[in-house]
Amino acid sequence: MSAPHAAQGTAARGGATLSQKILSRASGLEHVVPGQIVDGRVDLAMCHEQGAQAVLPFHQMEAKKVWDVDRVVVAIDHWVPASTEGAAQLHQILRHFAQEQGLKHFYDVGNHGICHQILAEHGWVVPGDLAVGTDSHTNMLGAMGAFAVGIGPTEYAAVLALGKIWLKVPSSIKVEVKGKLAKGVYAKDLVLRTIGEVRCDGARYKAIEYAGPTISSLSMSERFTLCNMTTEMGAKAGMVPPDSKTFEFLEKIAKHEMHPLYPDADATYERTVHLDVDGLEPQVACPYSPDNVRPISALVKEHVKVGQVFLGSCTNARMDDLREAARIFKGEKVAPHVRFIVSPASTSIYRQCLKEGLIELFTDGGAVFTNSSCSACFGGNMGILAPDEACASSSNRNFPGRMGAKEAKIYLMSPAAVALTAIRGEISDPREVL
Amino acid sequence: MKDVIEGRVWCVGDELDTDQLIAGKYLTIIDPKELRKHVLENVDPSFSQQAKEGDILIAGENMGCGSSREHAPAALKAIPLGAVVANSFARIFFRNSINLGMPAIEAPGVRAIFQPGDTCRIFLREGRVVNVTRGKEVSFPPLPSHLMDLLEQGGLVEKVRQELKRSGAKP
Ligand code: SF4
Repeated sequence: MSAPHAAQGTAARGGATLSQKILSRASGLEHVVPGQIVDGRVDLAMCHEQGAQAVLPFHQMEAKKVWDVDRVVVAIDHWVPASTEGAAQLHQILRHFAQEQGLKHFYDVGNHGICHQILAEHGWVVPGDLAVGTDSHTNMLGAMGAFAVGIGPTEYAAVLALGKIWLKVPSSIKVEVKGKLAKGVYAKDLVLRTIGEVRCDGARYKAIEYAGPTISSLSMSERFTLCNMTTEMGAKAGMVPPDSKTFEFLEKIAKHEMHPLYPDADATYERTVHLDVDGLEPQVACPYSPDNVRPISALVKEHVKVGQVFLGSCTNARMDDLREAARIFKGEKVAPHVRFIVSPASTSIYRQCLKEGLIELFTDGGAVFTNSSCSACFGGNMGILAPDEACASSSNRNFPGRMGAKEAKIYLMSPAAVALTAIRGEISDPREVL
Repeated sequence: MKDVIEGRVWCVGDELDTDQLIAGKYLTIIDPKELRKHVLENVDPSFSQQAKEGDILIAGENMGCGSSREHAPAALKAIPLGAVVANSFARIFFRNSINLGMPAIEAPGVRAIFQPGDTCRIFLREGRVVNVTRGKEVSFPPLPSHLMDLLEQGGLVEKVRQELKRSGAKP
């Protein structure tokens, strides 16, 4: 609660940030100010397995019906198919609940994917939306020009019952980016660099709003990567204002009406972070925190060896990520004593990989290409690390114990860097081969 | 919700993330009593065995950062802790705690005035945290009325239940 409790209504009516615009719309108020607590109408509510924990509180609330079944998505992803009895029970609770409530939009085994990717590729979140999900990386959907925020299951139960949520209007940090990403340098490197600057707690209770020519030039997939990791700065939401790319992306798939909103030119930001990506080199987040960011050249000099390499997660396992990694990995082999795990972000991406020959390409070189799921990202399903191991990963977190043993070391980097690291067995700079 | 909360203190450091509070391998557990057995097990294994009802956890900066897992505050609530006090909180952990009806108090500088085993007294409405053992205190901005109401009602479940009842049960 470190943001000031702004005197409501008395603040000078300046321009509004995108966060203010979306939360005004959601709460039906003409103008809202940072610090104000509002009740927002929810446009989309998503859960993964954690939603199972919402079922009991939902019934304890004596709620009878979900407020709007067409605005509820269930997408199981952490343990798919169920890898433990506990996970099987979570899935079962959700299936029963979906049946009882008539929830139609259930992405079950066979039609599954990482929950955020499911929302993205099926057009469940559109510009101007207030979206909530039972996962901290729900921020990713802010790339649609929406206010997308992670919540816990009890709160999710309340949203299911009432279709609304209390939110404190955040102040925003503007991240303004110019310059051109060089070959071998990606949105992942940009966001890692941003986290290094803002730090893990630098955006707590705040929103990150991206702006600037570099952001406009990025594809939707790259914007997802950027917004996904605003969570690693503690941000409540991260967003990119909608533009022609957003509308094009959503043209055929948008599930409900768009109401695009934009920040005012005279909006007040808590601060602006200026970044110039000209000359930016690939970045690596080192153990044990996503803000422990160093340029890759420093690690290359130290010959950091790894035992596992993971190409997956909601951050970086879309087609462009897998294609870029494949470009480097083609015709190569995984280094001796290294395990290379590739996990696409959704079943449709899996199928596309099959069509394009990527599954063959990766497995020919000794990688294991898994079914789509969160996979090794969170240390609870597969690809778990032993205490003295190190892992290069395209995911988003490297806290102690994130992928297994608390001593294991995780290095976060781009898919291209991950691919070259798999070939060489030590952290490597993709610019050397591109 | 009592205005004054008092209890024995446990201490943890800065950036205690949700992976350390409850490891990923326990996420399929729903029962808070089961979760309680594994809370903080990589950080301080004695905690889950020896913490008792009414104890207070004092943390440093960015307490509960990381994932949205409600398992983390739910496990602490199952002890049940009297409160969690931190220099600062990560957003979702803070919300989850309050929604579960467990006071989460953000009091900058609080970590520095406590040692494990001290006695802590929190004056919720006045906005003061006192170390009774050492005679030190820090103040904090009291929770906004919206959140005090939530705690008062015992958490979000009860609040929504009342709201649904008032609105004639039909959402
Ligand atoms: S891929 Fe990782 S970060 Fe993304 S939702 Fe799954 S566990 Fe969370």
